[in-house]
Amino acid sequence: MLYKSVNESFNEFLIDRADAKCIRCKVCVRQCAYDVHAYLSGEDALTEDNSLCIGCRRCSALCPTGAITIRSNEESFKANASWSSAHIRNLYAQADTGGILLAAMGNPAKYPIYWDHLLLDASQVTNPSIDPLREPMELRTYLGKKPHVVEVVRDEKTGKAKLATKLSPQLKLEYPFIFSAMSYGALNLNAHKAMAAAAQELGTIYNTGEGGLHKDLYQYGKNVIVQVASGRFGVSEQYLNAGVGIEIKVGQGAKPGIGGHLPGEKVNDQISETRMIPIGSDAISPAPHHDIYSIEDLRQLIYALKEATNYEKPVSVKIAAVHHVAAIASGIARAGADIITIDGFRGGTGAAPQVIRDNVGIPMELALAAVDARLRDEGIRNQVSIVVGGGVRNSSDAIKAIALGADAINLGTSTLLALGCTLCQRCYTGKCPWGITTNNPYLAKRLNPEIGAERLVNLVHAWGHEMKEILGGMGLNALESLRGNRYKLRAVGLSDQAMNLLGVMPAGE
Amino acid sequence: MKNNLKPTHRFEKDISNCGLTGFISKSGKLVEGSVIIKSIALMHDRGNGLGGGFAAYGIYPDFKEFFAFHLMYESGMALQLTEEYLAEHFLIDHHEEIPTRRNAAITNPPAFRRYFVKPLETAEYKEAREFQNMTDEDIIVTHVMRINNEIEGSFVVSSGKNMGAFKGVGYPEEIADFFRLEDYSGHIWTAHNRFPTNTPGWWGGAHPFTLLDWSIVHNGEISSYGINKRYLEMYGYLCTMLTDTEVVAYMLDLLIRKHGLSPELASMALAAPFWDMIDSLPEDERQLLTAIRQVYGSGLLNGPFAILFASNEGLIGLNDRVKLRPLVCATKDDFVYMASEEAAIREICSQPDRVWSPRGGEPVIARLNPGVI
Repeated sequence: MLYKSVNESFNEFLIDRADAKCIRCKVCVRQCAYDVHAYLSGEDALTEDNSLCIGCRRCSALCPTGAITIRSNEESFKANASWSSAHIRNLYAQADTGGILLAAMGNPAKYPIYWDHLLLDASQVTNPSIDPLREPMELRTYLGKKPHVVEVVRDEKTGKAKLATKLSPQLKLEYPFIFSAMSYGALNLNAHKAMAAAAQELGTIYNTGEGGLHKDLYQYGKNVIVQVASGRFGVSEQYLNAGVGIEIKVGQGAKPGIGGHLPGEKVNDQISETRMIPIGSDAISPAPHHDIYSIEDLRQLIYALKEATNYEKPVSVKIAAVHHVAAIASGIARAGADIITIDGFRGGTGAAPQVIRDNVGIPMELALAAVDARLRDEGIRNQVSIVVGGGVRNSSDAIKAIALGADAINLGTSTLLALGCTLCQRCYTGKCPWGITTNNPYLAKRLNPEIGAERLVNLVHAWGHEMKEILGGMGLNALESLRGNRYKLRAVGLSDQAMNLLGVMPAGE
Repeated sequence: MKNNLKPTHRFEKDISNCGLTGFISKSGKLVEGSVIIKSIALMHDRGNGLGGGFAAYGIYPDFKEFFAFHLMYESGMALQLTEEYLAEHFLIDHHEEIPTRRNAAITNPPAFRRYFVKPLETAEYKEAREFQNMTDEDIIVTHVMRINNEIEGSFVVSSGKNMGAFKGVGYPEEIADFFRLEDYSGHIWTAHNRFPTNTPGWWGGAHPFTLLDWSIVHNGEISSYGINKRYLEMYGYLCTMLTDTEVVAYMLDLLIRKHGLSPELASMALAAPFWDMIDSLPEDERQLLTAIRQVYGSGLLNGPFAILFASNEGLIGLNDRVKLRPLVCATKDDFVYMASEEAAIREICSQPDRVWSPRGGEPVIARLNPGVI
């Protein structure tokens, strides 16, 4: 009997195939990007290699007769509260290969989720709730630096008051959501088309991520933030001026302190042209920006970008939520950023070392609360907008983030899920069976950009409706009256220390 | 002294609903206190006996150059500490007990004194004027915040020139009797009848709330309180009175006195027009109102309210932007009346020239004629 390694024999998933239902159409064989299914022509039978299955559910979703079910493999190692099956499998994998374990998407480990310990308020008797179907209910948000004071002059001819203060450029969002930075290359053009078109339809923004902006997407410029990361992929004067805002990516919640790596196999002609790198060459983003070794360097880059764009675009600086995030954010505000984007440790990635993804960084809820409080203590909260991402799963998480002090929310994982992702966490293989994080044309055409855009629009509309209901229930009719209004939150099951950090009172008080 | 380091997110907001009334003589005619008492007493049922109060303007013409501090003391120690504090920082031109009359309805009143003061030119004062760009008004605000926040049992009821606030636990007509308001005459009067739902009777918690010569009477609940409070804290205003109404006073102080906005524009920030409306305005107005909402979004007062705010400049009435609380206005000759109920106006002005209900978010502004003060 042949020996099979632990990773071959203790596979995560089992494929149940109801032979009586199987019509031998071989859809499963064609759809599986991981070669799990095979057709044995001699026996006219389908078979599978369970050890290759990643649990994406593409086959079971497309099997026309419902013959396939993907199950968790219940066969397990002897129960051990310290050594989980995942620990054992990972250890074997590393003993086999000597390599770093790769992972994708956000931190799935069991850490506290603060959203689930925060509850929202509603009006009763002393204060009427407002019905958003009958009364106006406003979600519009402007991102950018705000002055302390609006100065006004009298128009000499008409005697009317006229604005004298020239505001820094602002990004207008009709919904407080941004389709988060996921690079062209990590995601394919269909996914980018879907995000850009949805942002335009919704009156909100799509962030290019660090892979440049494909020439076909320049038409969406009014709804685009272009990102500048340490690899400077696709950065040109034209690119910087293509959108309405610029983001300097310093860090990412899934992999604080780590750069990025797009394997050369994914760099086709289009990506090569957009990123301005040779076809087939690895695209490596260094861990730091090699022109930012300290805060004063960041200031120089911020102003270099502002110079290059005639001070017409707000500049965001994106950082991962790490231990001293509040002090760092204060430095970023003082360095001249218009927006600070904080990515919590549940934020996604196309590829990251698992040990980093699962252990580095802090929850966005705490980071957001600390940053908002710190900027207020220093009297500079109005100088920057705060955008947060990493772990917002629904409209209630989003509205709790707003109440903690966020101006807007980055949607990364939620965006991918709306496009069809099933969170199998294998983006780094480039074989996404749903056609999202793959540049293989055969797989990529599975994602229809028009349908994708429609689904993204639906998602944001749905969350928008829910947020309006929640606001109305609280007796508020504008989102800015909830923003930073932590009095509308109460905590259940949190320590005093956590409540102090979040700036919320316990339920019942 | 209270501990200043306690976390500011732990607080109890008072929820109260009320009746209010007020009027102004734009030409500065002095009206006796009995008139406003009659108007507010008609709306007896809008309160529950846990708070009544009045603001009166033009009542101290002999001391109009001095900041009139109305102080409330809950203990002898509070009085002693405050008087030491005042003596250290102020030239006190005159001080006295505020005359009161005990009546059966009022139980256990605190002590009230008033002081007519100017800041002393101390080293601290010179530092503030010369190096921190503070005005005399800024310095007064700092002292008010400090007394309210740091001296246990001491509370500044009002601090403006030629005006005063009188308030306490009881129905407004009982409070008026206690403070002998029939003895005062003023050209602007406001009054408040309170229906709090969750506070023990605290004299400081009654309306009006004041800062310098701003006084606010408020019917409603400010649901945006949590962010209004944090926004004001960023500019050094400490919210110490356990109620949402004080944020209105501080917002007005910030927007009008410190930022120089006109009362009209300040009203546009506090009860902002909807974006749909702003978007449809001509370019200049659209830009101005867009900027006001962008910059002062955290100061938007959201939730149901009707507010009267008075100052030495005049009287302003304002409803929330969807008019969830009543406010009726009327004019008669040079008088402008504003009240929760039309009856409260007709009680003291039976034949008004015009009566109307202002729209939500549309301020009614009645200024004193130029040269009146």
